[in-house]
Amino acid sequence: MNPTAKLGDIAHGRSGDKGNHANVGIIAYTREGYAFLERELTAGRVKAFFAALEPASVERFSLPGIAAFNFLLKDVLGGGAAGSLRTDSQGKVLATALLEMELPAPQNLAAMLPAGEEPVQESPA
Amino acid sequence: MKASIRIGNGAGFWGDNLDAPIRLAEEGRLDVLTLEYLAELTLSILAHQRRKDPGAGFVPDFPETLARLVPILRSQPGLRIVTNAGGLNPLGCARECSRVLSKAGHPDMRVAWASGDDILPRLDILKAGGETFRHFDSGESPDPIRSRLVCANAYLGARSIAEALGQEARIVITGRVADASLTVGPAMHAFGWAWDDWDRLAAASVAGHLIECGAQVTGGLLSRWKSVPDYDRIGYPIAEIDPDGGVVITKPEGTGGRVGIETVSGQLVYEIGDPASYHTPDVTVDFTRVELEDLGSDRVAVRGARGRPPPDTLKVSCAYADGFSARGDLVVCGTDAAAKARAAGNIILDRLRAAGAAPEAHNVEILGQGSNFPGSAVDPAGLREVVLRVSVRDPDRRKVERFCRELSPLVTSGPPGITGYAGGRPLVRPVLSYWPTSVHRDRIQSALGVTVADHLAEDCDNAFFEALELRR
Repeated sequence: MNPTAKLGDIAHGRSGDKGNHANVGIIAYTREGYAFLERELTAGRVKAFFAALEPASVERFSLPGIAAFNFLLKDVLGGGAAGSLRTDSQGKVLATALLEMELPAPQNLAAMLPAGEEPVQESPA
Repeated sequence: MKASIRIGNGAGFWGDNLDAPIRLAEEGRLDVLTLEYLAELTLSILAHQRRKDPGAGFVPDFPETLARLVPILRSQPGLRIVTNAGGLNPLGCARECSRVLSKAGHPDMRVAWASGDDILPRLDILKAGGETFRHFDSGESPDPIRSRLVCANAYLGARSIAEALGQEARIVITGRVADASLTVGPAMHAFGWAWDDWDRLAAASVAGHLIECGAQVTGGLLSRWKSVPDYDRIGYPIAEIDPDGGVVITKPEGTGGRVGIETVSGQLVYEIGDPASYHTPDVTVDFTRVELEDLGSDRVAVRGARGRPPPDTLKVSCAYADGFSARGDLVVCGTDAAAKARAAGNIILDRLRAAGAAPEAHNVEILGQGSNFPGSAVDPAGLREVVLRVSVRDPDRRKVERFCRELSPLVTSGPPGITGYAGGRPLVRPVLSYWPTSVHRDRIQSALGVTVADHLAEDCDNAFFEALELRR
């Protein structure tokens, strides 16, 4: 099996809410990471990752100035801060969750890590 | 004209650190201290309070915080405070603050309050004039919920704030405004930019967006959290804005936390939709070309925000009564903790059904198994301790009350290894659901009152004040 990397190895993130929608911002640590995520971190992949929450749609936007993507997940909060019966009614942990996503490890993983971090290799399964 | 101004935000929401405003004002060398108290649903909580007491409806924490800030207002005569603590009753908040100031020996201090955002009393007039108040996403008509609305507030912009500062107010109290307005208003007042200077408005709006959540930009919530020093003393953020619209985000020296590319970029993407079209009442901002430069010493320059005219509608947030809910927890331990917890959850629901009290909606979470952590693959068989959390919602309060009594029996009549009931019976809460909509800005009129504290502190009808009407 090919080695994988976690999204959180090459990016950081933050999530928030607007009514019943949530946004998940993912910021690549480096430009190399941003280029890699442009190909690999698609709206479809993010929608599949959050399938259990049944988002009505997932749309991806780019913020090239800060090497980031913003994912807008519609109707994903079970009613939002108001009526939702979920503990995470405001989507506070969605970014933390998404950063656990496994991606196929790129050849130049070392160039995508934040400064001062040793590369962490997943052992082949 | 000043070279630049320093605006510090000491509160990101009602419930934020109580000491942060005081420490920031003491250490921040600020021109303006902002305090941001209103999340999406805060007004519905205040509406609930106002129903019980017509004099309520503002955030009571603010006058208390103001009392603690008085010595700093005295020793820093240029310092102003701008806050949306007015909530649903900006005048009531201004009165209470005036009493605090008068009592503390400052009857001459000028206090301003801005209103016009509360459109609940005017809904029928506005509807007769052609406003539909359809749901922002679904387009549904509000007619089914009209009678249950508890609040309806338009997001106003920065004009009243800028005007109030121009009228020498040291304390400016608003109701619902766009969060960034608390920063844009002071910038507009300091530099006299035109209200169609879109790029400078955009720059100030981005500055406001970055500091509006307090410590979220100074290390709070950072993914690489181990790189953040001294969370316990985390510094609250300051936006330094210059007359050209240059923005630097920083924090007071010697405080915990840090300001860097990661902390600022994390906050930049917080609670945004399409980054090319971030709408505020005063400008629509394009974030996509924003760039950050780390200047060292916890200073980050923010450049590249572009602005264009805002839409001709203002965002409106409403809340309506939508039943009742309650939530209860039990701790479940043992080799089959997760399975036992699920079984216990089913027992509760079965007993409710048998009692004729099955709720319209329920949710069972097994905390420890990843119920709130999508994408995780925790093997429940390995768990030895979990929290069973059951939540219900129903229009009938009695069904929810019955649910609240179904947890304690499990302590003797269910599976073994259950504990943690000492916290007591869950409480029934009213559900106030969110209704986002919009209104044409030319139907909305804001009003501003400014006077000295001892005029407002008196509860007399002939208190003199200068009232200015500002068309949106």
